[in-house]
Amino acid sequence: MEKIATREAYGKALVELGQKMEKIVVLDADLSQSTKTVLFAEKFPMRFFNMGVSEADMMGTAAGLAASGFIPFASTFGVFATGRVYDQIRNSIAYTRLNVKIAASHTGITVGEDGASHQALEDIALMRVLPNMTIIVPADGGQTFQAVEAAVAHDGPVYLRLGRLAVPRVIPEGTPFELGKAQLLRQGSDLLIVAAGLMTGQALEAAEMLEKEGIQASVANLHTIKPLDGEFLIRMAKDTGAVVTAEEHSILGGLGGAVAEFLAENFPLPVVRVGIQDTFGESGTPRALLQKYGLTPESLVLAGKKALKLKNSPK
Amino acid sequence: MPVLTDTNLEELKQKALKLRRDIVSMIYEAGSGHPGGSLSVLDILVLLYYKVMKVDADSYLDHDRDRLVLSKGHACPALYAVLADKGFFPAGELGRLRKINSMLQGHPDMCKTPGVEMSSGSLGQGLSVANGMALAARLENSLRRIFVILGDGEIQEGQVWEAAMTSVHYRLDNLVAFLDFNGLQIDGWIRDVMSPEPLLEKWRSFGWHTLEVDGHDYRSLAEGVNRAFAHKGAPTMILARTVKGKGVSFMENKAGWHGKAPGKDEYEQALSELASAKGGGVSHGKDSY
Ligand SMILES: Cc1ncc(C[n+]2csc(CCOP(=O)(O)OP(=O)(O)O)c2C)c(N)n1
Ligand SMILES: [Mg+2]
Repeated sequence: MEKIATREAYGKALVELGQKMEKIVVLDADLSQSTKTVLFAEKFPMRFFNMGVSEADMMGTAAGLAASGFIPFASTFGVFATGRVYDQIRNSIAYTRLNVKIAASHTGITVGEDGASHQALEDIALMRVLPNMTIIVPADGGQTFQAVEAAVAHDGPVYLRLGRLAVPRVIPEGTPFELGKAQLLRQGSDLLIVAAGLMTGQALEAAEMLEKEGIQASVANLHTIKPLDGEFLIRMAKDTGAVVTAEEHSILGGLGGAVAEFLAENFPLPVVRVGIQDTFGESGTPRALLQKYGLTPESLVLAGKKALKLKNSPK
Repeated sequence: MPVLTDTNLEELKQKALKLRRDIVSMIYEAGSGHPGGSLSVLDILVLLYYKVMKVDADSYLDHDRDRLVLSKGHACPALYAVLADKGFFPAGELGRLRKINSMLQGHPDMCKTPGVEMSSGSLGQGLSVANGMALAARLENSLRRIFVILGDGEIQEGQVWEAAMTSVHYRLDNLVAFLDFNGLQIDGWIRDVMSPEPLLEKWRSFGWHTLEVDGHDYRSLAEGVNRAFAHKGAPTMILARTVKGKGVSFMENKAGWHGKAPGKDEYEQALSELASAKGGGVSHGKDSY
């Protein structure tokens, strides 16, 4: 199957939407080749602003453009697009509800060889605690395109989380995308696996493996981490009674955190989180890293069994 | 281009006296706030809002209005006093500064206060935002102008210098920046805490067109604005020499009055000084720095 990195799909989506909408402008901080905003820059040089290696200034400039009616996309690597500029995003973008789209590439452990300094594993957590922020984590190229469209249509700050690694299509073509609405990709009554980003594919594989052992798992893609699709989670929790979360992010504060917090308050049941276990990453190939840090279908199978055991153990 | 007659000058001085009374009163009522930097920046705001900027209460959502970013957001009582006087919101709101459910927050909130163009309070971000606004104006071929006011302590923030590069790189001559050069920050004189000197040379070496004016003298400020408008191809930084706490004798040049409300006696003394006084632009301390 043909693979495409979500950052690549992002770059192409920008060009396509940029053609239709003059108000779209793009900013980058000396990483346009990597974030793929270079595609937009080549096509629309007057609407592209390279800010140099100055992420804080980039976020502020984007805020100013948004305050004047433009729709700025500000791109750099995930670590520099969040932690490095947390206060700029907090005070100049989120608090002000300005229409800035922060499109972060190189998130997660699959950044690979560059190592821990460049692997954003806590970016969702940082963005999730900001009021007014919307967070989208697309699973593949096709969904990235839809996510960029949805980000443009939404009036307000958006954090769009993109990856470096080429990934196969996992969301069937033609699946409608609605901001804040989870997508059920597979139905099974024993447990629910909620996944985002490249872990969606891993979750589907895990469900196949579980089926061979007689365990029926539902798999949902939660592309919008915030606002969280609570209604969907309650409905699925009722149907299955056990939940596993899967993300290429720390188990603290991301998708797993959001789902666990929500269900604990609204429909308590076992939730087992698969993700980075509160540690920094390291250099290696994306494959090797996924393996070492337990972001595999095998880990999800184990997590599924643990969730089932908790579900069936007497209270 | 502002041209000031003698009558204008007198009107502005009277206006400034009233606004200074408003500032002191609202901070007294609130029981907290930042009088020093509000009083030092006021005359810059007065010149801009009453003689320079194309913006008023009736048309403040007009897309082509001029915009001002008060980057040193803690001085918002000065901005609120001006906006109330110009009718952006009822003057009665000033008495609600910093109170629960108020449209007048402790630091500027563009979502709550009509006429506030940008939220601020976390220092060092306003010049970047103003750059974005200036880029937007240029993209739209609009003649609107962007003004931004920075504190002299504030420019210790690294982001200011990132932004200083950006303004010049993109040749933002539709942008005019003011530096409220009162020489003080919270912990004392800026030259003792972390000197940003040599100031004008720094901005010039970044490629800015720089000017120095008396920040309490409207003719001097107006002259600076005229020269800024005339300069093409680069942004202008107007270094405005000011006195922190200007107009209230016991507050002038005192770091201690950066973020403290006056007590009752102090409040009454301040009001009486501001009732009679000679008005903005007269008793400028010779060497504020
Ligand atoms: C990022 C940030 N750090 C610290 C503060 C706290 N603070 C408020 S005002 C101030 C000093 C500012 O000095 P200056 O810019 O000279 O202001 P002025 O003298 O005009 O009041 C500080 C440190 C802040 N508001 N933002
Ligand atoms: Mg100062």
